[in-house]
Order: sequence, then C-alpha cells, then structure tokens
Amino acid sequence: MMRRTLLTSAALMLALSGTAFAAGMDKVKACFVYVGPVGDGGWTFQHDQGRLAVIEAFGDKVDASTYQENVPEGADAERVLTQMALSGCNIIFTTSFGYMDATNAVAAKFPNVMFEHATGYKREHTNVSTYNARFYEGRAIQGHIAGKMTKSNKIGYIGSFPIPEVIMGINSYYLHAKKVNPAVELTVIWAYTWFDPAKEADAAKAMIEQGVDVIASHTDSTAPLAEAAKANGAVIGFGQASDMAAYAPSPRVSSIIDNWAPYYIKRVGALLDGTYAQADAWEGIAGGEVLIGDITEAVSAEVKTEALAMRDAIAAGTYHPFTGPINKQDGSAWLAAGQTAPDGDLLGMAFYVEGVTGDIPQ
Amino acid sequence: MDFLGGINPAVLIASLMVASVPIMLAAIGELVVERSGVLNLGVEGMMIMGAVCGFAAAVGTGSPAVGFLGGIVGGAALALVFGVLTQILLANQVATGLALTLFGLGLSSLIGQGYVGIKPPPTTALPFGPLADIPALGRILFNHDAMVYISIAIIAAVWAVLRFTRTGLVLRAVGENHEAAHALGYKVVRIRMAAITFGGAMAGLGGAYISLVRVPQWVDGITAGQGWIALAIVVFAAWKPWRVLIGAYLFGGISVLQLNLQAAGARIPVEYLSMSPYLITILVLVLISANPKRASANAPAALGKTFHATR
Repeated sequence: MMRRTLLTSAALMLALSGTAFAAGMDKVKACFVYVGPVGDGGWTFQHDQGRLAVIEAFGDKVDASTYQENVPEGADAERVLTQMALSGCNIIFTTSFGYMDATNAVAAKFPNVMFEHATGYKREHTNVSTYNARFYEGRAIQGHIAGKMTKSNKIGYIGSFPIPEVIMGINSYYLHAKKVNPAVELTVIWAYTWFDPAKEADAAKAMIEQGVDVIASHTDSTAPLAEAAKANGAVIGFGQASDMAAYAPSPRVSSIIDNWAPYYIKRVGALLDGTYAQADAWEGIAGGEVLIGDITEAVSAEVKTEALAMRDAIAAGTYHPFTGPINKQDGSAWLAAGQTAPDGDLLGMAFYVEGVTGDIPQ
Repeated sequence: MDFLGGINPAVLIASLMVASVPIMLAAIGELVVERSGVLNLGVEGMMIMGAVCGFAAAVGTGSPAVGFLGGIVGGAALALVFGVLTQILLANQVATGLALTLFGLGLSSLIGQGYVGIKPPPTTALPFGPLADIPALGRILFNHDAMVYISIAIIAAVWAVLRFTRTGLVLRAVGENHEAAHALGYKVVRIRMAAITFGGAMAGLGGAYISLVRVPQWVDGITAGQGWIALAIVVFAAWKPWRVLIGAYLFGGISVLQLNLQAAGARIPVEYLSMSPYLITILVLVLISANPKRASANAPAALGKTFHATR
C-alpha cells in the first residue's frame, strides 16, 4: 500500500516535471551527493558553498535543502541517487568522479530528472551533463611558486587516484616549476584515497623526511598543511579545493579555490526558465570557477607579481599552461612549439611529461 | 644508514611508532573489553568521539594534557551508553556496537562544527637532553611525545594486570564463563561495565592522539576507519597484549613504509604498496588460524554472549 502510493506519487511527480521541463518550472528541487563530509574544509565544503549560493540566489523558487554526505563511490551511490530521484529531485548534482557509472545508470531510469556529474566524461543519456573546472590552470601558478620557493629543489605532490584530472595537475605543476627552476625534482605519492587525514598527513611527513619542502596535494583535507606546519616555516604548501586560510601565511602560501556557485546557479536558473540543455562545461580561471587564493607574504613580492601575471594571462586567454614544445615522459613528442593542448588530450591524460620520474599506476 | 633508495631506517621506525599509537591504544582497550566477554564493535565511534572531545578540551584550555583527558572522557562516555544498552537493557552487542559507530560519527561531526580550521596547542617531544642526540637510537627511542611511551606502558600494564593480579583473573573468568563467575559471586555486569568503560577510554585516547598529534586539527571523519583496524588487530593478536603491540607496529609500519617507499621513488608498483598493509594483515590472520586449536583456545568463551542473571 505504502509502496504503491509512493510509486504513484513518484510517477506523478515525474510526469509533472516532464511537462514542466520544456516550458520552465515554478519551483526546482536541486539535490546534491557528496563524497566526503561538508566539514572536510576542502572539496565537499566548496560544493556545499555552491549549494548555499543557489538557495541565496533563488530563495523560494528552489528547494536545495537535500544533500547526502559521505556517499561511497559505487553501488551505494546508485541507491542514494535512485532515492533522490524518487523523492522528487528535478536536478541532481553528483560531485565526485567515482559516481560516473552510477549517475549514468540511474539517469537511464529517470529521463525527466536532470543529472549533473562533476569531473566525469560519460554522458550516455540526454539528461546527463558533466561539469568540471580547469584546475590545471591553478596548478601552473602553484608550480611557478614551488619552483621559485624550493630550497632543496625537491617538490612534492600528493595524488589521490591516477585519473586524468590528477595527472593533469601533476604535469602542469611540474612543467611550471621546471620552467623557473631546471634543477627541480618532483616526488609523487599516490594516497589512493580522497579523504583520510591521517594517511594524507603521513604522506606529507614521508615527503618532508625525503627533503621535499614544497607540497601540493590533490586530496580533500587540510592534513598535509597541518603536517607542513610542524616544520615551522621550512615547508610550504597550498590550499586545495578550499582556501584553507587557517594555515596562512605559512605553510599555506596560496590556494586553488573551487568556485562552483556560478555554475550551480546557472544550471538551476536554466531549469527554472526552460533554457536547460545538456552540457559539457569546463570553465577555468576565466569563467570564475577556479580562483587563486591570496598569495601570502611568505612569498617574495617578485614571485607574487609573476604568479599574478600568469593568472591574468590565463584568464585573458593569452597563455595556456600546456603550450609546446612538450614531450611525454618517454621522450616522444606531444606538443610542437607554440601548440596548445587540445581538451581531448587533457581529459584522457594518462602520461607524465618529460622529466617526471616514476610510473603512473595502471 | 640508508637502504631501499634513501629511506633512513631510524626515521622510518620513529614514524611508525607514532603512526601506530592510535590503533594500538584502541586495540588494547578493545582487548580488555573482549577478554571480559563483550564484543564492542563501536571502536570507530568511540575513537572519533575521543578525537573531537580531546580537540575541544585542548583548544578550550590550551593544554594538550587536558586534551588527552578530554579524549578519555569522551570515549568513555560513549562506551557507557553501549554498556547501559548491552549490559543492563540486554541489547544485542553486535547491533549496538555498529549503531555506536554511526552515532559517534554523527555526534562528533555536530560537536566539531565550531572547531574546523582551528589549530590545537602543540604537543612537544619529551626532553631527553643528550639522549636524543645518540645517532639512530636517539631518533628512534628518545625523540617522541609522551603518549608514545604511555601507550607502551599501558600495554605492559594490561599484560601485567591480566596475568598476575586477582583483578585480571576475575576479568578473564567473567569472559570465559559468566554463569560460573556469577555463581562464584562476582558481579558480572559491574565488571563488564568497568571493562567497557576502560575500552572506551583507550579508544578515546587513541582518537585524541589523531586529532592532537598525528593530524593536529579537526575535520569530520578524521579517524577514517582506524577503529576497524584496531578491532582486527585484537583478533590478530589472539587477545594477547604484547601481540597487540606487534600487530599495531606491523600495520602502522607497513602503511608508513609504503608511503616512504613512494616518496623515495622505489620502483615498486604503487598498487601493491597500497594493498600491502591489508594483504599482510590477512596473511598473518590466515597463518594464525592455520592452527585452529590455538586460535579458538585464545578467544574468550563467552565473547559476545548476553548475560542475564536468572538465579
């Protein structure tokens, strides 16, 4: 009885949202799936800021109160997504790479619910859009600062999983450090987790013991900065995903801030006024999705000026962080002089650039 | 002093000692609980409660010592909830323990709301003076914060109490056969409540070590599954205190070693390195249980059974 009522009402709601979709909607229910806790101070925190911005922007016209934290990437995600779709969500944002298959699988069953998958590349159904930010642009600026600031000529990068997104960041970081400091060596540690503060701290510690004095991280917590802080200024790092200003001015000397608010507002707005269409969004510094957090006084004025100039050049479109000549790790040519990397190459990136040591785990 | 492409073994051993403290403390607490015949699967929940309470206490007072005390209180308080539910209200231990973990994770997140992004007062290494300057040995033995030594002392104390004292004998009797212990006039419920509280206190202390020393900050879900590893270590250790120390060092050691090997650029596939702690734990568990007579002889006979005094 309960079950039937639920299904009927769900079907009714789907039918409603289906008709309303073409002509705009009076009220949109936007739902969010998070891979970590909102209080992680990084990745998930920023997505939640985007959700709050949607509420701020549309007020009564949107119900964005539904979100689920700590959703594992896998079968559980499919369950959560199905539950959300059944409960009347019109648009669901799935905010981690690992939800890719679950998002597409559930989208097939609910053609009238819009799915937005962050950092993925599969759009198997017309109601699945993907969105990402060009974080590698921010990594270029971090690499520049790292190359200039390192005293040991050893810089580190804590990777999460060997996916194009992260490899892109490593390459961009290394290339720009190498450009200003040819002697620089890069150490990469794969943590195989997005969020495990103790492990992230241990990874940073292992690097510091090997003489690394600039640490960039691609995991979600502030733990690497906390570990770097123990070195009393000898080791610096960067805020990742969120500003992490609590660790400024040192060890956090700058940061990459993910700013999802403009995109979330745009998409929910499009659904409200009926202009919504499937999309593959990939904005960067120019679009305001990637912000460079304040560069602190721990960085010399000269380096800061250079870093800001690079940021402005990227924003203006006059500089692309992957501009040839760039060779792959095995020495084969990737980009010819003056050529910039096509997006397709970046989104499927599975190789290190020349000079990075070690292998990418398969 | 270098091997394996530039890893200093003294530094490695020193960092594995630090990395192992939380799981070691949580595991020794759980060992006492299980020796009294109670299976508390809520270690993860008690650890994270200790982490947040310890953090709050340390930030509030500016003293790491008070912080560790706060961790003990936080973990023990949650353990008491478990104790009341399972010992007095006779709830199922497995279900209650799992619920305790979920409850602890949620409650800690709530308590921790105001503490995100704050730095706790630093816990410094004990001043051993010239001893700390002995090559290699100084780095390994005389360059830690007090908790590293306290955790080893706790292992020794638990071992001594279980082996040599009347209290230990009574605790073990309750864990082996609560009916017989009850018939002899021992207060089974009271003894178990004490053991559960001790287990919670140790888990809380381990949690506080994570939030105050290992990762000196508070973030949601900071324990990230270490409580479950502690539970596995108790089985791995066959309910013997010193083996808890070995198990914790083994697990902590391998997880630190694999990160260090990566940092040193060792040419070993990362996938195997990341798997290695779990693989070796499984391997050792298999080796232990290959001798079934010994393995089952060590498990407390009344483990996980509900006690209700009918007579």
